[in-house]
Amino acid sequence: MTKRRRRYLALVYTGVVIVSTCILAPFLWMLGASVTPQRILISRPLRWIPDHLDWSRYEQIFRGGPRSAGETFRAAMLNSLIVACATVAIAMVVGILGAYAFARLRFRFRGSVLMIFLGTYMLPQIALLIPLYLILGGVGLLDNRLGLVIVDLSLIVPFVLWIMANYFLTIPEELEDAARVDGTTRLGALWRIVLPSARPGLFAAIMFAFLLAWDEFMYALIFTSTNASKTLPVAISEFSGRYTTDFGLVAAGGVLAALPALVVAIAFQRFVVSGLGTGAVKG
Amino acid sequence: MRIRRMNRRGALAASAVVATLALAACSVTGGAKANNPTAGSTGGGGGPVTLNALFMKQAGYSEDDIAKMITTFESQNPNIKVTPTFVAYEALHDKIVTSAPAGTYDVVLMDVIWPAEFASKGLIQDVTSRFPDSWKTDMLGGALSAAQYQGKYYGVPWGPSTKLFYANTDMLAKVGATTADVQTWDGVLTVAKKLKDQGIVQYPLAWSWSQAEALICDYAQMLGAFGGQFTDDSGKLIVNQGPGVQALEWMKKTMDDGLTNPASTTMLEDDVSKTMASGQAAMSLNWESTYRDLNDPSISQVVGKVAVMPTPTGSTGAHPGVNGSMAWAIGAKSAHSDEAFKLIEFLSSEENQDQFAVSQMPNWKASYSKPDITKTNPDVFKAAGVAYDSLISRPEVPNYTQVSQILQVEIQNALLGKKTPQQAMDDAVAQANALK
Amino acid sequence: MTTTPDTVTGTARATEYPPRRKKLRHTQGFLAFWLLLPALLAVFGVVIYPTLRTLLISFFQVDSALATSTPFVGLQNYAHVLSSPGFWAASGRTLVFTIVSTTFELVFGMVVAGLLNARFPGRWLFRTIVVIPWAVPTIVNAAMWKGIFNAQYGSLNALLTQLHLIGDYRAWLGDPNTALAMVIVADVWKMTPLVAFFLLAGLTSIPGELYEAARIDRASWPRIFRSIVLPLLVPSISIVLVLRTIDAFKVFDIIYAMTRGGPVNSTQTIAFYAYTTAFSDQSFGLGSALSYLIVLAILALTTIYLRLLRRSEMSLL
Repeated sequence: MTKRRRRYLALVYTGVVIVSTCILAPFLWMLGASVTPQRILISRPLRWIPDHLDWSRYEQIFRGGPRSAGETFRAAMLNSLIVACATVAIAMVVGILGAYAFARLRFRFRGSVLMIFLGTYMLPQIALLIPLYLILGGVGLLDNRLGLVIVDLSLIVPFVLWIMANYFLTIPEELEDAARVDGTTRLGALWRIVLPSARPGLFAAIMFAFLLAWDEFMYALIFTSTNASKTLPVAISEFSGRYTTDFGLVAAGGVLAALPALVVAIAFQRFVVSGLGTGAVKG
Repeated sequence: MRIRRMNRRGALAASAVVATLALAACSVTGGAKANNPTAGSTGGGGGPVTLNALFMKQAGYSEDDIAKMITTFESQNPNIKVTPTFVAYEALHDKIVTSAPAGTYDVVLMDVIWPAEFASKGLIQDVTSRFPDSWKTDMLGGALSAAQYQGKYYGVPWGPSTKLFYANTDMLAKVGATTADVQTWDGVLTVAKKLKDQGIVQYPLAWSWSQAEALICDYAQMLGAFGGQFTDDSGKLIVNQGPGVQALEWMKKTMDDGLTNPASTTMLEDDVSKTMASGQAAMSLNWESTYRDLNDPSISQVVGKVAVMPTPTGSTGAHPGVNGSMAWAIGAKSAHSDEAFKLIEFLSSEENQDQFAVSQMPNWKASYSKPDITKTNPDVFKAAGVAYDSLISRPEVPNYTQVSQILQVEIQNALLGKKTPQQAMDDAVAQANALK
Repeated sequence: MTTTPDTVTGTARATEYPPRRKKLRHTQGFLAFWLLLPALLAVFGVVIYPTLRTLLISFFQVDSALATSTPFVGLQNYAHVLSSPGFWAASGRTLVFTIVSTTFELVFGMVVAGLLNARFPGRWLFRTIVVIPWAVPTIVNAAMWKGIFNAQYGSLNALLTQLHLIGDYRAWLGDPNTALAMVIVADVWKMTPLVAFFLLAGLTSIPGELYEAARIDRASWPRIFRSIVLPLLVPSISIVLVLRTIDAFKVFDIIYAMTRGGPVNSTQTIAFYAYTTAFSDQSFGLGSALSYLIVLAILALTTIYLRLLRRSEMSLL
């Protein structure tokens, strides 16, 4: 190894260690707090390593009976999974179709329509809250997973559109032209040619969409009330009252709530960079 | 060229839509009819009815208590099913507001400070005609006020509530003090100082002074101890005079003297309870249900070591507790107001409340002299019975939430040393008077 | 026929259409309409009516969720908001939050992106670690940092006192001087990975030859960064700036979960202020006006950004 390379690696590894510590420290602490007995958690001075591991919080969450925090949590986990997966699935279908139109077709207002889609991101959710609430109430979709999926779609589809359109643009049109000369329809070309080459973009979009849906809070807060549709962020924010006495329980809930998102993120992060299709001017 | 044309057309389209909407804008907010999302039949006799009820977590009845009550109610009323929702107190007000237009909840629990706002804005139903006269004499006065506004009844009392004084008798004993020594605030300060000086506990006093309603509750008790009121007879805020400022100065001094835990400005009642429970505070004010928590071995390290008593007296000899009662109300858009009232009637009835007296004090004067009932929670009954005779109310104005916000900010400004107490209170009164 | 590989987020550049393509464009427009219809429904079906309705409400006096009389007040709500000190205070705080958090996220994000771009054994592990904060939900993030900053038991207090950096436990979230900073810390922790990945996408598109050429010229790293990396990263940086600024103006979740706007309103950002005006005070007219002012502010800032971007791009040509 050259001296230059050695210096380079030393510099890089130093940076890596520092950054990793900053990232992991808070998260590992929360992980640890979830299994630290409460009397140690509230000790002063704080003892960092517990003398024994306390799994009771996880037990509470997994086996809590009716009306316990555990039951609410499990219901919320189910709701979050259903809402997020449904939203992502629908958003991907809808977004891919629309993105293809933006990337491949020339039509009037193309730029403006795209701008308007992206413009919806500028609306603070608070601006839509009461009228949305009334509409959902009017059609009986309050406290309802379907209602949440519908409103979450309005947040997520623009993102999927943007990512996929950007990525489609990086795929040469010649690939499809060849197939279409042979008689394939545009949609056929989309399905059989474009999409398989767009895997990085697809996975990046899925990851973005899932994380956004998993994270959504304000709509869930206002539009849900019971375990029928309450999602994890709402459940976590409600860990108050007798339960704030134990930060370990909040921590356990937090770890479990982050888990599915972590799994998705770690699985798909390989594709994020290539999937973003770079917004840079290409040389 | 192309773009400019698009803009013009777009603007035309947009204004057309707005114009149409403007025409349809008879009711600007309430668009939907009362629509119960989990509706059974549409009210009236016959089919089964589902009531949605909004409860509070934390203080008072636990979720298990409520579940038992609902089971009993449903067995007595086979036609009615009750679906409870529990939210934290901090979220309760906003939940009631956001759910009002769609009429999601038939029954809601409201705090004593909200009838003015909710009634004047039409969010809850007037039940004066349903309110039996006997209740007005048989229920505690402090509890009744939680359901009243301008002489009319907008709900049924859930229960009286005030903040009682909790003291760790073990710690007191270590400095040679007993509960008799902390009957006055001066006595409290003396004992606290001894506790601190002898190193028994670093901060003997803990309060719920975070920027929340809890702060106003604590302030109210100090205001009362100094013989003051929030408003004068004409309804104007007078907290920047005499007792109002003295109370705030007293609070600040306990912090400056190191007797009050400085983290108090971030604490809610639950944090105060936790602090007592872990033995890091010797004395504190808290609601009645805290006694149950402090004697719960799974949460508390001070089981059996805590005494509960009415709030200490101030120099004027007064010791009013803050009126923290709550009441049940019927949502304005509920389609099942008859059944909703039945539920409320049941929940607030003497038989029902007596059974759960451990969690929440009953409304009924009679209960306080029934030995069977009082023995379920003798200490709290004794303290509360005295405390309920003297309560101080927070201002009963429709814009109380805003007034409270202003007071919270200014009181915190004083406690954190950013303004002098007099300055803070002057600013508070000025801002409150400037509100519409 | 000229086809420019345009980026979707860039400005729509006018492309010349020769006359014989007009008919083709119409059929393309037809297909495009049907392909876009689901997306249009999904987004605008949900968004349009509420947006307009809220705009409408902002011109009326609505003082209750079930208001029976809602007099038309024209621009009075806007005037009231613009003249209330609470609004300007909240705006100032939002500006501080935006600038500080975005700056830190850009700087740290740049560092992390650089590390992610480097070649070293074990990079896959590092990438996995970097993704963690991004995946943690905002509410969980808020709860976690609340615990860390807890005035009585928090680990930050424990760490600092055990390292003898501070004398006694401090109420980080209870002190108006530090509360906003702590919320920013929580936000920066969560958002830096996202920024890093965006910047990384831009970094990877920089051709390796440029670095080679620079190395041959014996250019120093700072010089390389300034003259090669930064200019070519401008598009990525601007996307990040726009997105993060919009996010910061809308920031609500983390405030709700960490401080509820306190202490002494020191963390009350403009979106949270709109929320409390509407729901705690039941002043829906004012709350709606506030919401639209936020939209206008975001619009203004975004336009400024995009204009700056366009100008800087032209300087590259």
